[in-house]
Amino acid sequence: MSDGGNDMIAPDRRALLKSAVGLATTTIAPGVTLYAFGVTQAGAKPADQPVTSAKRWGLLIDINKCPPGCDKCVTACSEENGWKSSGHPETDAQWIRKVTLRDPRTGAKREAPAMCQHCASPPCVDVCPTGASFKRADGIVLVDKHICIGCRYCMMACPYKARSFVHEEHDDQKVEAPRGKGTVESCTFCVSRVDAGRIPACVEACAAKAGAAMTFGDLNDPASDVSKALAAGASAQIRADLGLDPGVRYRNL
Amino acid sequence: MAKVKFQTLDETSASFWALVGLHVLLVALGLGAALYMEEHGHIVTGMNNQIVWGLPHVFAVFLIVSASGALNVASVSSVFNRLAYKPYARLSGILAIALLAGGLAVLVLDLGRPERLIVAILKHNFKSIFAWNIYLYTGFMAIVAAYLFAMMDRRASQNATLGKSIGWLAFAWRLILTTGTGSIFGFLIARELYDSAIMAPLFISASFLYGLAFTVLVLIMMSSETRAELMTEEMIGKFRGLLAIFALATLFLTIVQHVTRLYSTAHMDAEMFILRDGGIYTLMFWGGQILLGTLLPLGLLAARGFDGGRRGLTLTSILFLAGGVAQMYVIIIGGQAFPLKIFPGYEVSSSFADGAIGRYIPTLPEALLGISGISIAMLLTAVALRLLPFLPQAAPEKA
Repeated sequence: MSDGGNDMIAPDRRALLKSAVGLATTTIAPGVTLYAFGVTQAGAKPADQPVTSAKRWGLLIDINKCPPGCDKCVTACSEENGWKSSGHPETDAQWIRKVTLRDPRTGAKREAPAMCQHCASPPCVDVCPTGASFKRADGIVLVDKHICIGCRYCMMACPYKARSFVHEEHDDQKVEAPRGKGTVESCTFCVSRVDAGRIPACVEACAAKAGAAMTFGDLNDPASDVSKALAAGASAQIRADLGLDPGVRYRNL
Repeated sequence: MAKVKFQTLDETSASFWALVGLHVLLVALGLGAALYMEEHGHIVTGMNNQIVWGLPHVFAVFLIVSASGALNVASVSSVFNRLAYKPYARLSGILAIALLAGGLAVLVLDLGRPERLIVAILKHNFKSIFAWNIYLYTGFMAIVAAYLFAMMDRRASQNATLGKSIGWLAFAWRLILTTGTGSIFGFLIARELYDSAIMAPLFISASFLYGLAFTVLVLIMMSSETRAELMTEEMIGKFRGLLAIFALATLFLTIVQHVTRLYSTAHMDAEMFILRDGGIYTLMFWGGQILLGTLLPLGLLAARGFDGGRRGLTLTSILFLAGGVAQMYVIIIGGQAFPLKIFPGYEVSSSFADGAIGRYIPTLPEALLGISGISIAMLLTAVALRLLPFLPQAAPEKA
């Protein structure tokens, strides 16, 4: 979703590069990718093949493993996708945030990360007039920055307050996560990483530096870590009453 | 009934031009504000990630709702065959187009990327009520233009069937259009203060009220401009009666809207936010929408014989319109200010204002943009009245 054409490569050169990369990938890649990316459930999708509904990406968050005060997932997302505080808390984007939950009766407190829930029936996609808000076949909900007109109807429709509007110009953007003033944005499940066979930055950071509360993978594959973890015990959808079938599930909520 | 004669607005007073000048100034300021917002981003407005639709939407929706209601008089004349309303049918049509244009201009200029309007025109997601509305708005303009042609063209106006058919089409279309506008909010399942089928009839009822109030105000102003009484006493009585009925209908639907939510334990806190705890929104509701915008003008309408009804009618129309802006403010901004219940049963807090009442203080640019919508509508009407015979000649005597 880059805006310009500066990184365009001539088609014939691109084809040559592709076949070279393809050859290298088929011969030496299987071992190398495993080595480079660690154990991952996110199998790489060849760039020339369309996304299909064979996979549905999902995430399980175990609240018991989410340490209070920890914001490693938030920091990792911010660094990966280039959104950060500009000193305007009410208008700054937040693709993921830690929400403190307090039981009004006991006063007991928990914390849970909240972000786009990547619904199977996303209200943001239903209401978008131009189709800029869309769901990929593999369940990842995204905004096409080229056709978002900035009407913010998706933000009105999202039950999870997952979306942010880009209120001002931002320099220093990440190549993989362009941010356009006047358009809407939200968690992408780190789609470029997922397409490259990696896991989202928040999940990686939580596993490496925090309680490994997040498990990411293909919900359609019964052998994936996330499917096995989901099968092992009860989990909850937030706002399950709305029937949106979110791709993000919570345990011990 | 004697043949109704129409006139263009030829002789105009200094105060007319002063008013035109004021509207030109407001439109210029509004456009300047839009450019400023486009250049700097919505950071220069009071809107934020909690209150994503602000004052421009209040005015835009108010004008769009008023537009469909402005067509009332034409519909009463040609659909319901009330000949007494016929002299005002042309004005009602042109006012409907002008109000819609004003509302849409504000809506478009408040987009994050207004220069991408062409995308909204060319790419449609047909599951989106917003996309349906694009067709409803443009269709309304085209149908009302055809309706005006059928009324005003020498040959077309002879054809009663044509006039009646287009009249019916326009009437059905304006009902669907306002159903669409109300459903922009009614379809929002996640927000407690919106998600309700009553939004459509409530908006339709409100549109009858605001649209007629605009029509009456323009007629009173043009009566003074043309130095001819454009409304008979009888018509003033009819307009008073209609305004009262529309205001009562809107009040009734408002009561049902709130009482239904109040009955549900799950929604009681949201409802009490509007009715009791919401600060500015509570004040806007009771003080603006109910007291100043409904009860006071209804009382004025009931108290007869106030300057032959004209001054009273002017004041009540202004009050109904002010009440309409307050109603839109409560619905649109109050509805967003109450926090989403993402984790029901918990008290929540976060750096993203979860669980907190949304904060919104409108800034000057967005206020100027919103108000300029009314000025765009009034300027378009003034130009139309100067160019073509939309106004009746002196009051038609007996209907």
